[in-house]
Amino acid sequence: MPTAPPATPELDFRTPDEQFEGKAPFESWGRYPNYDANVVPLHWQSDYPAVASGMHNGVLPVGMGRSYGDVCLLRGGNLLVTTGLNRLIAFDPETGLLTAEAGITLAQILDFAVPRGFFLPVSPGTKYVTLGGAIANDIHGKNHHVAGTFGRHVTQFELIRSDGTRKLCSLTENSDFYAATIGGLGLTGLITWAQLRLKPIVSRLIDYEGIQFHGIDEFLDLTRQSQDIEYTVSWIDCASTGKNFARGVFMQGDHSTKRSELKPSPAPKLVFPFDAPGFALNHLSVSLFNTAFFHKQIHERVVALQDYEPFFYPLDKVLHWNRMYGKRGLLQFQYVIPWEHAREGTIAILKEVAKSGLASFLAVLKVFGDVPSPGMMSFPKPGITLALDFPIKPDKSFPLFERLADMTREFGGRLYPAKDAAMTAAQFQAFYPQWQQFARYRDPQLTSSFWERVTPNS
Amino acid sequence: MSQTDTNPRKILVLGATSGIAEATCRIWASQGARLFLVARNAEKLAAVAADLRTRGASYVDTAVADLDDTDNHPALLSHAVNSLTGLDIAYLAHGILGDQAKAEQDFNTAAQIIYTNYMAPVSLLTWLANFCVQRRAGTLAVISSVAGDRGRKSNYLYGSSKAGLSAFLDGLRNRIDREGVTVLTIKPGPVKTSMTSGMKGSEKFADVDKVAQSIVKAIDKRHDVLYVPFQWQPIMFIIRHIPERFFKKLNL
Repeated sequence: MPTAPPATPELDFRTPDEQFEGKAPFESWGRYPNYDANVVPLHWQSDYPAVASGMHNGVLPVGMGRSYGDVCLLRGGNLLVTTGLNRLIAFDPETGLLTAEAGITLAQILDFAVPRGFFLPVSPGTKYVTLGGAIANDIHGKNHHVAGTFGRHVTQFELIRSDGTRKLCSLTENSDFYAATIGGLGLTGLITWAQLRLKPIVSRLIDYEGIQFHGIDEFLDLTRQSQDIEYTVSWIDCASTGKNFARGVFMQGDHSTKRSELKPSPAPKLVFPFDAPGFALNHLSVSLFNTAFFHKQIHERVVALQDYEPFFYPLDKVLHWNRMYGKRGLLQFQYVIPWEHAREGTIAILKEVAKSGLASFLAVLKVFGDVPSPGMMSFPKPGITLALDFPIKPDKSFPLFERLADMTREFGGRLYPAKDAAMTAAQFQAFYPQWQQFARYRDPQLTSSFWERVTPNS
Repeated sequence: MSQTDTNPRKILVLGATSGIAEATCRIWASQGARLFLVARNAEKLAAVAADLRTRGASYVDTAVADLDDTDNHPALLSHAVNSLTGLDIAYLAHGILGDQAKAEQDFNTAAQIIYTNYMAPVSLLTWLANFCVQRRAGTLAVISSVAGDRGRKSNYLYGSSKAGLSAFLDGLRNRIDREGVTVLTIKPGPVKTSMTSGMKGSEKFADVDKVAQSIVKAIDKRHDVLYVPFQWQPIMFIIRHIPERFFKKLNL
């Protein structure tokens, strides 16, 4: 009978003894793998020292669990869910510096910032990630070529280690922990709060342009022409071969400079002509989707004024779109290949994918710029990055992933841990040779299923 | 009854670090309200106060206090209304679930639950009601619980303390509504706070932000009783009307 009382301060947190009772399955966004763990919610910064002492079988701070593979999982261990740490601490409207607890989501930050005329300096394809998670995965966005990674805009943060010590980390203070924690996969300690530099905007709207391209060379031409445009990203049809091979839609936009409403409009959020791909996702099969998406854009060029929500977060409209892949889940495969081999590598991998018949709804192609990340283990580097979604078919998917990972390695590239559930230890250690240096900054209590998998010899 | 920036509402929040209170205060803060927050834990209270200031509250003052200390209530409350320079809303959100199993064996545990959930609010509301009656204005918004609508074996100590509180509020409303003072009884069902996201089984709980929105709206519209989410009203209607000879056999 569900008549439990409302939450009160006393209910916010169970006593340390009770936390270790019971297991709860915890799914990552890819729904694969799916491990049981003790799920311990953190609601106050002061909860952590009490919790971390005396925890066995490892601890991992997690946020919204929007990473795809196992970086946000810890089989049989303790997951500290940080989403209760979602308070703002300070905001300076002169400088745009926002200080907040690390469990706040980017959606919550936008709700606060946009009406005040500010925006995230870097935004991923979903706003349902936490500030701490964005730092731990050093996420990138459509403006990587001009803004670099998220970590570059994080001026300072506090890290608590499991021994209870607190470290203020910035470029000048504990700079080694600052570098290790940005892109550090949540393994260097719990980030309690962070300070982020927001950027001013005068409108919710994006001056958008969508352009069809046919093949990688046209994509690269468009990329060169759009160097001064803040946001660029491409959807690419990875199911087609022959004359349609590597066709796609190049999408670019800037924050509109025409001063306008900053409050959310209650009416349809989509202001102009072309629907977010998210709508189609639920209804069409892969190749139908891909063909439809390509031709959705009837003209070679479409110019529109679009609200920032569908521009940045087309899939957030379809809550739990990951479920369309069924219970087995999905895997993303995201590589970056440096310029030297970027073109040939991308063509080779797209051919391999098309040949496999395991097509992806969401193939996203983007160029990383040369703005360096402060993070020691950060994924982006200058070159081409491609992200592919695959539904999991055990006998076919994993051999393909292994082939693709090996090809990535041959072309001098690397894979994105936040999107991975398949790379081998040898592959990871080749992609990230600095991992042993990084391991020195890992909190001895903190680990993840990903880390156990890719560093079994550590 | 929304306020303008030039005339922000003056709101006293007792138990300000509870999940529901915090979510409610965020809405008021974004409207520019003046807030006086009371809670037991100084560190948590400071975190909540900083959040509300950042979100746009025009004034935030705090006091660390154990509300079981009823002797201190008059001093605390008069300090609060002085600090706020008046009072438009008093929001009582403190309370404990307590340990039902222990309370079944130990009267002191039972008495503690009753004291915190019933005696302390009665003390606070006595002062607040008389203050508001004097000025012929104000809203007293109090979090009770659907658990007070009928005693169940799983938490009847908590439930009975909330039942007493709900009955007290009925009577108080009957007395002071005609004096221009509104009394709102808030009866929440189980509420999911942000800390439970990612955990299975909590999907059915109510979203704390939606609960907070309903509370703000009910206060603005001067409602008497709020079941939140609203589905609890018919559910509790049925539960109240199950004949006792069946009810006593149920495992609730």
